[in-house]
Amino acid sequence: MIPEIGHFALILALCVAVVQGSLPIYGAAVGNSALMAIARPAARGQFFLVLIAFGCLGYAFAEKDFSVLYVAATSNSQLPLHYRLAAIWGAHEGSLLLWTFILTVWMFAVTLFSAHLPDTMRSRILGVMGLVSMGFLLFMLTVSNPFERLIPAALDGRDLNPLLQDPGMVIHPPMLYMGYVGFSVAFAFAIAALLGGNLDAAWARWSRPWTTVAWCFLTVGIAMGSGWAYYELGWGGWWFWDPVENASFMPWLAGTALIHSLAVTDKRGGFKVWTVLLAIMAFSLSLLGTFLVRSGVLTSVHAFATDPKRGLFILVFLAVVIGGSLALYAWRAPRVGLGGSFAMVSREGMLLANNVLLVAAMGSVLLGTLYPLFLDALDLGKISVGPPYFDSVFAPLMAPAVFLMGIGPLAQWKKANLPDLAKRLRWAFGVSLVTALTLPFVMGKWTPLLSLGLLLAIWIVTTAVVGLRERLAHVDGHGLAGRLAAVPRSYWGMLVAHCGIAVFIVGVTMVKGFETESDVRMNVGETATIGGYTFRFDGTQDVVGPNYTAARGTFHVSWDGRETTILYPEKRRYPVQNQIMTEAAIDPGLLRDLYVSLGEPLDDGAWSVRLYHKPFVDWIWGGCLIMALGGVLAVSDRRYRLAWRKQEPAVVPSARTVRRKVA
Amino acid sequence: MKPRHKRFVFIGLGLLTLGVATVLVLNAFQSNLVFFFTPTQVASGEVPQGKSFRIGGMVEDGSLIRESDGLTVRFYVTDTAKSVPVTYKGILPDLFKEGKGAVAQGQLGADGTFIASEVLAKHDENYMPPEAAEALAKAKASGAQQSKSLVVPGSKKESL
Repeated sequence: MIPEIGHFALILALCVAVVQGSLPIYGAAVGNSALMAIARPAARGQFFLVLIAFGCLGYAFAEKDFSVLYVAATSNSQLPLHYRLAAIWGAHEGSLLLWTFILTVWMFAVTLFSAHLPDTMRSRILGVMGLVSMGFLLFMLTVSNPFERLIPAALDGRDLNPLLQDPGMVIHPPMLYMGYVGFSVAFAFAIAALLGGNLDAAWARWSRPWTTVAWCFLTVGIAMGSGWAYYELGWGGWWFWDPVENASFMPWLAGTALIHSLAVTDKRGGFKVWTVLLAIMAFSLSLLGTFLVRSGVLTSVHAFATDPKRGLFILVFLAVVIGGSLALYAWRAPRVGLGGSFAMVSREGMLLANNVLLVAAMGSVLLGTLYPLFLDALDLGKISVGPPYFDSVFAPLMAPAVFLMGIGPLAQWKKANLPDLAKRLRWAFGVSLVTALTLPFVMGKWTPLLSLGLLLAIWIVTTAVVGLRERLAHVDGHGLAGRLAAVPRSYWGMLVAHCGIAVFIVGVTMVKGFETESDVRMNVGETATIGGYTFRFDGTQDVVGPNYTAARGTFHVSWDGRETTILYPEKRRYPVQNQIMTEAAIDPGLLRDLYVSLGEPLDDGAWSVRLYHKPFVDWIWGGCLIMALGGVLAVSDRRYRLAWRKQEPAVVPSARTVRRKVA
Repeated sequence: MKPRHKRFVFIGLGLLTLGVATVLVLNAFQSNLVFFFTPTQVASGEVPQGKSFRIGGMVEDGSLIRESDGLTVRFYVTDTAKSVPVTYKGILPDLFKEGKGAVAQGQLGADGTFIASEVLAKHDENYMPPEAAEALAKAKASGAQQSKSLVVPGSKKESL
């Protein structure tokens, strides 16, 4: 009964989406305010309907209803409750439901925080989002229904892939989807602006916080996926340039470019056409990512059932969304108009360079990801494009962008003076250069890449300090604390996010430069030394988990004769799918991670063992979190809060007058 | 500078970036594309010497031998028509098993042994790396021999 309610709720949601995607947009075109007024209740209604569907699926998982095909395929009676709930998005059908659910969450948020938007704008935005959700609901109801029954019911489920039975599974997919789908808001803003033909600084100011929030979620989502792969897959790598990772990274690159381009549109009214194109690009890449990951063209842990009908549906949907919005763009963009002019050396110029580099990097990732697929589709042979390709293309494109990142925030809008900039930055540059050249020698090893990485990281931090100091000289406030508080949050946000990049670069540089690994055979009682740490293997013992059995090894780690920690890596066997899983043991630290994973059992209780010493690896994810924190700071800036508060309706009628005034 | 000139400079810089990116991409493609070959192709000498490539197929039953150091393993990868000896030093992925599909990346040694630098994991019992599945399918299509146990991916529903 419950699954049927969920199914029915989805059908109703589709009906609502059809209404929401058509009438308000038509109403905005002909100026019918009654039709436009449908948008808000429709979006909220859709949210509650999809919420009901989502809740029903969750209930089916919680109650172990194995008469639902999807539940039987992705869970098991022995699976703990939190993983049973996470199994909602453990495979294809449920992930799509999660996608749609999050889309309606964003829609609901738009209805809450759009009181200050003109009616036409809001109804167009919600209409466009309704169209997107219509596509997804249609997809679910036609070819991938999560509520499909299995008659007769299975005695027990086939279990969730053991790789996915991890706390990361509970948070990583929802976070990532919040980011992916969040770009649909920026996309809807862009399409609404194209439809309306008016694209001004106010438009950019409205869509900026939405884009930044989506970007924060995406940043955290990607970082968590990377961290998960690091400890779960047992190879100690944090980024593999796997097509699935690239699928999430491309929208991030486009989204990062979009954030910066929106800044120019907001502050200077420039880059309008380009901003709109980037918004379309970011969302299209999110859709492409969904297609790549969910259609089964790629093989990885993320790829589920391969059903050609699904692939075809997503491909057609993709073509309609991308083709339709680009056609609209080609038709309407010339009306939007260009912004003010600016000199080559100016903040606009630097941000333009940043955009070009980010988009070029995104293009090279796209090429490396899709090229093997094209060759395969055209039957021209099977190839794979591995990490060396991405490393050798991505790094040279990003290095100048990072270098400009130090200069851009200090350059004036419209026209900056190059000698003046050089004068203001000469100390920062000197300090960075000297430190970057000498520090590797102090650490005992010098390579050009090591110095380059450190140079860029220190450059970002020192220029941020210079920028902050100049800023402090220009704000009013009592004492240092007062002046620090007077610096706007959006500026802090930018500084923090940029420093996050610096932390990230330090992490990557140090791991690449100083990590040590070794695969060794270890007898019981034997020791191995790596990175100055001595690991003593004290044998394994059998342990029993809730739905697995494991051999757990004991490793005593010591540094200079003193014990640092004891690590317990496991080799687990999940009987339901008869799958073996390596559970690495990690001792995390600010300056280094120690990482042990068990290979295979050999004779006499000996094991093959993989040992890693990874300096600064946690800085990689720390940097990403700092970037996201910067985004949060920027969104909490006063100017956005004021924009919302000023027009927040005290009583409904007065809100209407205010809105009319704004319009 | 007149606005028109400035636009030319911008376009020029844009094209320059594009050019640099293209050069980087082509250069990286040149040296980093990894091609895939079936054991039959390896046996007939179609593979490049001194260059890294991938082979895929099934790990032949009973062919896995572990050297006394506990880390070096030898096995045969077969597409049921031909098989190629492979050596690998390191820890094998969790799901590496005899009689199951596998993909290995590495170079062909002088004695015709494939020296693998990487052995790729598959993700669950029913799943076979598509490259391995294709190698088997090709060998089957050429009528060399009947495939013993070709596992087709994506058959989850029937097996429920």
